[in-house]
Amino acid sequence: MIEIWNRAQPLQGFIGGAMIGAACALMLLLLGRIAGVSGLLARACQLTRPPTLDLLAIAFIFGLPLGAFIIDLIIKPVEVIYPNNNLILVLAGLLVGFGARLGSGCTSGHGVCGVSRLSPRSLFATGIFMLSGIVTVAFMHKFGIAS
Amino acid sequence: MKLAYFTSLVSGLLFGAGLALSGMANPQRVQSFLDIGGAFDPTLAFVMMGALLIMAFAWRAQKNLLHPLFSTHYEIPNTMPIDLRLISGAILFGVGWGMAGLCPGPALVGLVLLPKKAILFVGAMLLGMGLYRFVDQSLSSINPNQRS
Repeated sequence: MIEIWNRAQPLQGFIGGAMIGAACALMLLLLGRIAGVSGLLARACQLTRPPTLDLLAIAFIFGLPLGAFIIDLIIKPVEVIYPNNNLILVLAGLLVGFGARLGSGCTSGHGVCGVSRLSPRSLFATGIFMLSGIVTVAFMHKFGIAS
Repeated sequence: MKLAYFTSLVSGLLFGAGLALSGMANPQRVQSFLDIGGAFDPTLAFVMMGALLIMAFAWRAQKNLLHPLFSTHYEIPNTMPIDLRLISGAILFGVGWGMAGLCPGPALVGLVLLPKKAILFVGAMLLGMGLYRFVDQSLSSINPNQRS
């Protein structure tokens, strides 16, 4: 039980999470929009049907990496360890893009904005993708698929 | 309205900064969170707690706000039933999320933190989104009553 907390960063996680929540709150209360990254990305890249020019979405998507860059530069270098296997990375990207659009949302839209609204669809979707993520990780470990 | 674009940019900045600070931008940490039988790392539960706490207050405030401050109306999804699209979409999304430890926000943030790797995921993700649009379009041309 103790080793679980060795790598955990509960305080930093909570503060970072509150910043994510505040970002979603700004979008909701000032602009009336849901800060769902998959939806905003699809709109920014005109991958919706019909494709429309959504400058607000473009501004948000542009700000996202920039915010991380500022933390990396000013506060501390951000640790990122990616899967070694590029094939896994590409397959996962396809599934995440397709799945998020089919399911009308991802970790931010359903997981943060929808769950906090107690939307039944979002609660359900979040439960499903967490379960499916847990099963996937367990499966990859069991069959020794390096990540 | 220029102020609206600025707000959206600031919101994106804050979101990206939160992802970077919280550890959510690190695929290894996300995978450890999902690895409940192995090297479980509970950090992401705290990320969710922080985000949900703020947003719960925001939804309360929203109820008393006739329209958003910088816009004339809300663009909030209507209540819809839990359908096969939602279920299958969430399953596929979860598989991809578990495989790489990445979801859309952290992937975009990765474009500045580890571009060599993140670009592969982001490229594939956009392809997946485009593929969905194509499938969705083909399906609704067969059955025009289907929602987009």
